[in-house]
Amino acid sequence: MRRAFAIARAEMLILRRNRWLFMATLIMLAFALALSFAGSAPTGTLGVDMLTVSVASMTTLSVYLAPLLALMMGFDTVAGDRDRGSLALLLAYPAGRAEILLGKLMAHLAALSVAMCIGFGAAGAVAAWFGGAGTESFMALGRLVLTSILLGAVFLVLGYALSALSSSATAAAGLSAGVWLVFVVLYDLGLLGAVVMDSGGVFTQKIFPWVMVANPADAFRLWNVAASESVALSSGMAGAARALPGWAAPLSLVLWPALGFLLACAAFRRVEP
Amino acid sequence: MDNSPLQIRALDKFRGKTQVLHGIDLDIAPGERLALLGHNGAGKSTLIKAVLGLIRHEGGSIRICGAAPGSATARAATAFLPEAVSFHPALTGHEQLSLFARLAGERADINGLLERVGLGEAMHRRIGAYSKGMRQRLGLAQVLLGRPKLALLDEPTSGLDPISRQDLYAIINELAEQGAAVLIASHALTEVEARTDRIAILRKGVKVADDTLAGLSAQAGLPVKLRVQASGAHADRIAVETGGRRINGASVEVLCSPQDKMAELRKIAAMGDAVADIDMVPPRLEDLYRHYSGEDRK
Repeated sequence: MRRAFAIARAEMLILRRNRWLFMATLIMLAFALALSFAGSAPTGTLGVDMLTVSVASMTTLSVYLAPLLALMMGFDTVAGDRDRGSLALLLAYPAGRAEILLGKLMAHLAALSVAMCIGFGAAGAVAAWFGGAGTESFMALGRLVLTSILLGAVFLVLGYALSALSSSATAAAGLSAGVWLVFVVLYDLGLLGAVVMDSGGVFTQKIFPWVMVANPADAFRLWNVAASESVALSSGMAGAARALPGWAAPLSLVLWPALGFLLACAAFRRVEP
Repeated sequence: MDNSPLQIRALDKFRGKTQVLHGIDLDIAPGERLALLGHNGAGKSTLIKAVLGLIRHEGGSIRICGAAPGSATARAATAFLPEAVSFHPALTGHEQLSLFARLAGERADINGLLERVGLGEAMHRRIGAYSKGMRQRLGLAQVLLGRPKLALLDEPTSGLDPISRQDLYAIINELAEQGAAVLIASHALTEVEARTDRIAILRKGVKVADDTLAGLSAQAGLPVKLRVQASGAHADRIAVETGGRRINGASVEVLCSPQDKMAELRKIAAMGDAVADIDMVPPRLEDLYRHYSGEDRK
C-alpha cells in the first residue's frame, strides 16, 4: 500500500505538470456552466427549481464527458510506459502490478474528483444563486458528482485494461475511442432500435431495462434519474427507471469499477515489457 | 551456495516456436564483475529480463540469493539499468529517484546519490530536458539505491562520453567492492576487457564461452602476432626464414601459437643485427570474441 501511495504521488505530480488536472477541470467547468445557463429556460413550465434542471442537463453532459476524460487519462498508463521503455525498470522494483495500477488509479481518480467537484459545484452554485434550490436539488447535485466519479472510475480501469492489451499507446488511444463510442453512443442506439423493432413486447417490458442497466453509462443515468423524481421528470427517463428495482443501477455502477480493475490487473499481468 | 547472488541452471526460453535461450548455466559470485557479450539478438537482454522475472522461462532454473526471479526477495536484492533507460519526462530527476527509493522501501540520501552521478545541478530540472547521457546517469543513480546484491546493467555506456564512461566504471567498481555481483551486457569490447573479472559470450542463445580473459585466450589457442622490424634490406630474408608475411618494406608479421612463441622468439633473436625491433601482440578480446561468436568458424 505504501508503494501504491508512492506511485500515486508521482502520478499526481505528472498530472499537475502536464496540465491534465487543469485542463480536465477547465473542460468540466466550461461545459457545466454553459449547460446550466442554456438549460435555464424551461424552469417555469416544469415547476422545479433551476438547480434541478441544471442537474438534469449536467447528468446528460457527464454521461459523455466523464468516460471521455477518464479514458484520455487512462489509455497511456501501461502502453505509454512501455513505449518509452520505462516499464521494465518500474516492474523490476518491488511493487506488484496491482499495486502500480492501484496507485495510478488513486491519482487519476483524485484528479477526476477535483475536476467534477469544481465543475459541477460551480455550475450548481450558479444555478442555485440565480434560480433557487432546495434540499432535494442539492442532494441531486451531490449524487451527480459522486456517480460521475464512479462512472469515471469505470472508464479509468477500462482504459488501463486497453492500455495493457494494446501494442502501443497509439493503438490504446484508438481502442479507447472505440470503447467510448460503443458504451456511450452505439449501445443506446442499438437498444433503441431493438425496442422499436419489438414494439412493446416481452423484450421491452422485461429484458430491456436490465440490458440497459448493465451498461455503466446507462446505469449512471438511471441512478440519477430514479433517485430524484423531479430530475426524472425534466429528463424524461422515468419509464425505464420505474421498471427496475432501486438497487440495480447503483449495483451496476459499483460492480463495474471493481470488475474492470480485476480485468486491468489480469491484462497487465500478461504484459512482457 | 544458496546465497549466491545469481545462479542460473539449464535455462531455456522460447519465443513462439523459436528457442532463444538454450540451456544457459551462469553464476556470479559476490563482488565479481561479469561481462556478458554477444551480437544483437544473441539473447543478452532476454536473459536479463528472465533474471528480473519480467518474462517467463520454459526450462531450467534461476535463483537470485536463493529466491525465485520476480519474488519480493529477488526484487529487493536486484538493481537493474535497462538499455537506453528512459523516464517520464514530466518528473524531475529528484522526484523520479524519490519514487524509486519509496518503491524500494529505502531511506536513501537522494541528493547525495544525484551528486555522486554528477546530476547535482540538474536534479530539480525535468527529465524531459535531460540529455541521453544525463538520463543514463539518473539510471545509474537508481542502481546505487539500497546496496543491491546483484546489479544487471544492459549496455550501461551507450550514449556516454568517454569521461562519463570512466565515472561509470568507477561506480561499477565501487558496487563490486561493496560485494555486489555485477553483470554488464555490452558491445563495447575494448571497455569491458580491462574492467571485468570474467567474460561470458552468448551466440544465438547458446553460451559459447565463460572464463577469464586469460583462460579464454588459452582455450581458444589464437595465434600470437609477432611484428618484426628488419634493419636495412633484410626483410625478405626474415620473411623466408620465419615463414612470416611482409607487411611493408621493412616489417614482417609472424603468427605463431602461444606454445611456439618462445621458440619463434629465439629464432628471431638468433638473426642478430638483421632485426631492428620486435613487437608482440597477444590476442585481444576482439579476436577472442570473433573466435567464440563464430565469425572465424565458417
